[in-house]
Amino acid sequence: MPDDDVLLHVEHVSKTFGEIHACDDVSFDLWPGEVLGIVGESGSGKTTLLKCLAGREEPDSGLISYTNRRGEASDIFAMSEPERRMLARTDWGFVHQNPRDGLRLDITAGGNIGERLMMVGARHYGNIREEAETWMNRVELEFGRIDSPPRTFSGGMQQRLQIARNLVSGPRLVFMDEPTGGLDVSVQARLLDLLRELVRELQVAVVIVTHDLAVARLLSDRLMVMRRGAVVESGLTDQVLDDPQHEYSQLLVSSILQV
Amino acid sequence: MASKTETQTMIEVSGLSKAFVLHTQGSTRISVFEGLSMEVGAGECMALDGPSGAGKSTLMRILYANYRIDRGRIKVRHKGEMVDLASSAPRMVLEVRRRTLGYVSQFLRVIPRVATLDVVSEPLRALGVEEAEAHDRARTMLARVNVPERLWGLAPATFSGGEQQRVNVARGFVAELPILLLDEPTASLDAINRQCVMGLIDEAKTRGAAVVGIFHDHEVRDAVADSVFDMRETLAASGEAA
Amino acid sequence: MSARKRKTRDADGETGYNFAYLDEQTKRMIRRCILKAVAVPGYQVPFGSREMPLPYGWGTGGIQVTASIIGRDDILKVIDQGSDDTTNAVSIRAFFAKTADVATTEETSRASVIQTRHRIPERKLRADQILVYQVPIPEPLRFLEPRETECRKVHAYSEYGVMQVKLYEDIARYGRITTAYAYPVRVDDRYIMDPSPIPKFDNPKMDNSPALQLFGAGREKRIYAIPPYTKVHSLDFDDHPFDVETWEEPCGLCGATDSFLDEIILDDQGARMFACSDSSFCTSRRAEGHTGPLSEDPLAQASEGGRANAG
Repeated sequence: MPDDDVLLHVEHVSKTFGEIHACDDVSFDLWPGEVLGIVGESGSGKTTLLKCLAGREEPDSGLISYTNRRGEASDIFAMSEPERRMLARTDWGFVHQNPRDGLRLDITAGGNIGERLMMVGARHYGNIREEAETWMNRVELEFGRIDSPPRTFSGGMQQRLQIARNLVSGPRLVFMDEPTGGLDVSVQARLLDLLRELVRELQVAVVIVTHDLAVARLLSDRLMVMRRGAVVESGLTDQVLDDPQHEYSQLLVSSILQV
Repeated sequence: MASKTETQTMIEVSGLSKAFVLHTQGSTRISVFEGLSMEVGAGECMALDGPSGAGKSTLMRILYANYRIDRGRIKVRHKGEMVDLASSAPRMVLEVRRRTLGYVSQFLRVIPRVATLDVVSEPLRALGVEEAEAHDRARTMLARVNVPERLWGLAPATFSGGEQQRVNVARGFVAELPILLLDEPTASLDAINRQCVMGLIDEAKTRGAAVVGIFHDHEVRDAVADSVFDMRETLAASGEAA
Repeated sequence: MSARKRKTRDADGETGYNFAYLDEQTKRMIRRCILKAVAVPGYQVPFGSREMPLPYGWGTGGIQVTASIIGRDDILKVIDQGSDDTTNAVSIRAFFAKTADVATTEETSRASVIQTRHRIPERKLRADQILVYQVPIPEPLRFLEPRETECRKVHAYSEYGVMQVKLYEDIARYGRITTAYAYPVRVDDRYIMDPSPIPKFDNPKMDNSPALQLFGAGREKRIYAIPPYTKVHSLDFDDHPFDVETWEEPCGLCGATDSFLDEIILDDQGARMFACSDSSFCTSRRAEGHTGPLSEDPLAQASEGGRANAG
């Protein structure tokens, strides 16, 4: 068993909005390089949970602890806002469902990718551009579009750019909120392949929220099934999908239309 | 059962009980095993035998920790120690699958748009082998199971059943893992390729691997199996198996 | 040019205005903001900008700052795009002459307070001088970050990546940083500041200046400052360093090669000349005997007077 530290430790996280329990006592651990899928239908609380994990919303109770590169674990809501923001820009990534939420539409593709580098002090134009070029390549974006703003890109291209923009800082943990939602099926497929490759190559840990079990099957090592804020089942992806124990998990799995 | 005095135990199942509860069908409870035990040693090939529906595939999946169990222990020798998969953290199970436990299933779970060469080299990449070397070893294995070179760059989705099965086999054997679970490895294969697979199994045994297999083909079974585990003896008291 | 004093007192000896127009409480408030601004170089301090007898966009911020710091013994110079003669410079100078009864001058070296729109005087300033800039838009992130809340966090946490991105975009699109005026600077290695629409040519003058530099934005209600001898660095890239404008010709009138030159069209045939934007600087040089290639040109001489309107 690898000796490394837990990357993200989540303990009894709960968040309510009035009467609604968006997150109900959620606990789990995530190790470096693991891909955790969170599946559930609308209203399951999975997106709220993701926002809490990413430090964008504070839970009402519970602990979310992140271990940084130096091996120090800290409660992400106990740290100061600038610290958390810095983490979000260096160690973490967040891929939004709608790429428009995760990109600067009027800044060139190169500028979008280079921003994180410039944010942490990169001051050599040539180097920044080279890095941006490398990443354009890696996410299979046409190199010639490096000086075009993503406003002119298709949805799939925008999503690739968003991914590049996040990965350029070498994050150890990336949060993804339905990254393939809203894309055409063939475009989705290409994007999933890309994500799969990159995640394995870069050994980055991922928490991915999706309602699509096929996406979960393809990308995640582990799976958590959420319903009305609670985690009803969790385990290895193949365990949960091939041998679902909980009533709701069985319902989800049996509901998938076969092509 | 072969004598265990000289060989190391590689797989040790004890008190295994498993039932399926089908909530979507009125919570029907189907009991598959109750109190099943078995052992497989290094260099041994055990064939699971029994009629269709006896739970052979279910047991295979349990050994791979794909299916979960209600009671019992599924121990496998991982890096020298016996590890109980049933009570291990998911992370540990993944680690065991990566380094110790290989699985050749009857149906290739086709990951679309991944080239055959990459499908076969993936288990090596997962072990940290560099791409160039992994590809080389994958090529060797593919050639061995007679998958033509022109197919190596294509995704297996459009291959024939036999071709897919051979890719499956190549992927299962390329990393030379110490424990192999083979679910109908020769299905859809002609005589030549059946021989090929038998050769691979023999080699695995020779290097000390433990093999558990479901062999529909009696000729193959008789050639490679050292022991037979009769599923009929272990069916749950209810009689019906999943 | 000698100092001119104008007295406009009524029969009772009162001017009808409080000293420098603003009431004492307002001046005190503004001075407090100025102190805060000086204490945190480059940080935009909100202030209670008053309604002034001229519309926004005409220097109300600069006027309020000047009004708050000026004293009876100060000598005021007002320039607009380098010139003492433009309508606005003339009006503002007259405003203070009337309401504060202060001496005014056109000579940079004689002034103790210099209010300026869009230029820094060519002559190096001294420690006993204060430069007051008129600022239209104080926020350097104005067109980069639309959210005010995010903008404040960017400044507070010094997360200025987006500023650097803007410069990257220039180079990507045009091959070089194209910002020619209001070129963003980093003050005291901390806050990024908009120096007001001065040409980038003037940016180096802000760095380590012995004079106190105050910035007032009336419409936006912000005051900021650069204390004397403070580091001011113009943003750039290591491989695209900051550089200033250069001209191929010297000033046509005084021959200066190191001042910011305005281009002036002389006639309908397109004849043109370049002349110092800083009128006082040019005048002083000519008084010292310097000449330029067009010193004797009647057209150039004629345009000398009309230059105020060209700037």
